[in-house]
Amino acid sequence: MTSLADGEWHRLHPASPLLRGGIFIVAVLGFIVANLRERLIDFFFGVPVYGSDPIDEIMRRGAVGWALLIVAVVLVLILLGFYLSWRMHTFRVSDEVVEVRSGLVFRSNRRARLDRIQGVNIVRPFVPRLFGAAKLEVSVAGQDANVQLAYLGSALADALRRDILHLASGLRQPAASAAAAASAAASAAATSTSAVPNSGTEAENGAETGGFRSQRASAPEFGTAEGRVPEGSGAPAGIGAAAAGIAGGVGGFAVDRANEFFAPELDPDAAPPESVVRIPPGRLIGSVFFSGFTVFLVLAGIALVVSIAFGGSGWLLVAILPGMIGSVSYYFSRFTKSLRYSIAGTPDGVRVGFGLLSTSNETLPPGRIHAIRVSQPVLWRPFGWWQVRINTAGHSTNKGAAGEANTTTLPVGTEDDVARVLELILPGFNSAEHLALIGRGLLSTGGDDGFTNAPGRAAWLRPFSWRRTGYAIADGIALLRRGTVSRELILVPLARLQSVGVSQGPVRRILRLASAALHTVAGPVAATLSVLDAGEAVTLFERVSAGAIESAHLDTSHHWNLPNGAPR
Amino acid sequence: MPEPETPRRLDLPDVPDWKRVSPRYVLVEIVGTVLFGLALCGGGALLWLVVGLEWAPYLIGAIVLVTLLTVLFEPRRVRAIGYQLRQDDLLFRRGIMFTRFVSVPYGRMQLVDITRGPIARWLGLADLKFVTAAASSGVLIPGLAEADAESLRDRLVELAESRRAGL
Repeated sequence: MTSLADGEWHRLHPASPLLRGGIFIVAVLGFIVANLRERLIDFFFGVPVYGSDPIDEIMRRGAVGWALLIVAVVLVLILLGFYLSWRMHTFRVSDEVVEVRSGLVFRSNRRARLDRIQGVNIVRPFVPRLFGAAKLEVSVAGQDANVQLAYLGSALADALRRDILHLASGLRQPAASAAAAASAAASAAATSTSAVPNSGTEAENGAETGGFRSQRASAPEFGTAEGRVPEGSGAPAGIGAAAAGIAGGVGGFAVDRANEFFAPELDPDAAPPESVVRIPPGRLIGSVFFSGFTVFLVLAGIALVVSIAFGGSGWLLVAILPGMIGSVSYYFSRFTKSLRYSIAGTPDGVRVGFGLLSTSNETLPPGRIHAIRVSQPVLWRPFGWWQVRINTAGHSTNKGAAGEANTTTLPVGTEDDVARVLELILPGFNSAEHLALIGRGLLSTGGDDGFTNAPGRAAWLRPFSWRRTGYAIADGIALLRRGTVSRELILVPLARLQSVGVSQGPVRRILRLASAALHTVAGPVAATLSVLDAGEAVTLFERVSAGAIESAHLDTSHHWNLPNGAPR
Repeated sequence: MPEPETPRRLDLPDVPDWKRVSPRYVLVEIVGTVLFGLALCGGGALLWLVVGLEWAPYLIGAIVLVTLLTVLFEPRRVRAIGYQLRQDDLLFRRGIMFTRFVSVPYGRMQLVDITRGPIARWLGLADLKFVTAAASSGVLIPGLAEADAESLRDRLVELAESRRAGL
């Protein structure tokens, strides 16, 4: 076994059922402990207790043996159920598909085509992360259509993601020489497995990653040194497993986990450092503080003070105070979820990672982004901060940065950060002209600046922003600019456009205006222009529809690394 | 203002002939409008007779007037619905008061839906819906003769097959 992506069936991490049902089990334990509290106190301290509960009843009737038997049977059944569900839950990754089979009574079988992958997400919730487990999710377009592998060993998940993306990119597995090297490495790793029989899973993980790593090392594009550390894990698992054997298992395991826990969120080898964008904590605090929610909170506070000052009956206090206390947890969760944020370009797409306790990082392959919005709420304007959000067809079930859906690519960043993020998510759109166009799209107040702007008549409908409302089309990207109080620039890759529409109602007819909409998959970004010269709208319609057809024809991003770029 | 005069009405200049939907579709629309008007009138009558609101008869009058006007403009509205199969995309238009033009590349097709309501079925008509990955595309061509709808569907599927693209 050299890698998990070899087309064979594999099982998940043996502790998966426990980790998935973790919260439930803790809740049940808590319930039992709460109910037996007095009994336990009695047992340990010998203080007599009074009253009758089921346990007293059992003891009075002398049915202790039966009760213990029932408890034992239930425990065995639960364990058996866990074991069976683990046994039946298998997955495989071949050249064409990712497939998962699961279920005891209701069997389910789910298959996702690799060239339809919209993103691969690795999530490490806090508790599984302590145990070195991670959840891998392959998103494809459609409602609830994702393939989840929960849980895998942490290093294994990273390796598997690299492999899935590698296969999906159109490059097949490297040929014979690599396979030979891999089998040699695998056998070497296998000997280390037999040397440490009592640290089962860890050694197995080590064998697998070890084999996988050496195979990767012989592939040209991953041609780094042999001793390279797998992404996201503190120490190589193979060495970790050996250490575990020497240190008597437990200690080594703990050290390994601790290393992993404190490892940097983004492995330095995974991406060239100049492409990485990070957020300083100060800016993060500022961005969370200067949000619409704070305005609401301040208004609520004023209302509260006023109502008390003028002798209100206090009902407002009752209504608002719990919300204000709750807002503390809102700020806290927004803050921790965006901590250690990083976005970086890897050979197989953009990687967005974040999280302090529970971490998550998603890789979006090229050509999976349908629309991009760069926006600036009015409160952020003095600081020059911007936010980048995107529309994608696949939606991870896990929440993204700042507790929002996984559509916020950059929670807060300066203009430079925006330029770097756009360069990552729109590869090839980074010449000096393009950057100048983006810069004008963000900051310009209008005029003759490469954008086709709304005529003066539009001031009747958009009194402040009409000068800035306009569009431009450059190299297969449509740029829509709008908003002057809170500024927005929307970029739509025409290769991803679904359809384009222009419309006109009676008011706009009188003003000889029209509105236009670029229809993309659903998401937070709506690519619409509300005012536009009627004749110009027809031009936009023709240009965008022709551009969409041409770009879609040239687009090969479903296999983004295919050497000749031939669409299947 | 010395700027070049743009036409008041939004229209595509280079599109020679729109394919129109069946004139019988007017009947479907009229029946729908009248039924809706009747339902509203029923509500108004309830307000008048049961709740006893004095101004309810005026409300009913207004509803009747609006319904009549809508029915009068119905033929014009149906004539405004048009579609055209261009080289690489489907063009669609509808509306007089609120005009809307949509262009969908054939390769973006996810599925084609044909539905028939009771009155449309009686008249031998069907609605054809062209579904893309974007919910807002909203291309629904109503009132096609059943045979036309089916041949159009097959033609669209064939065109989409030959120009297939990803999402």
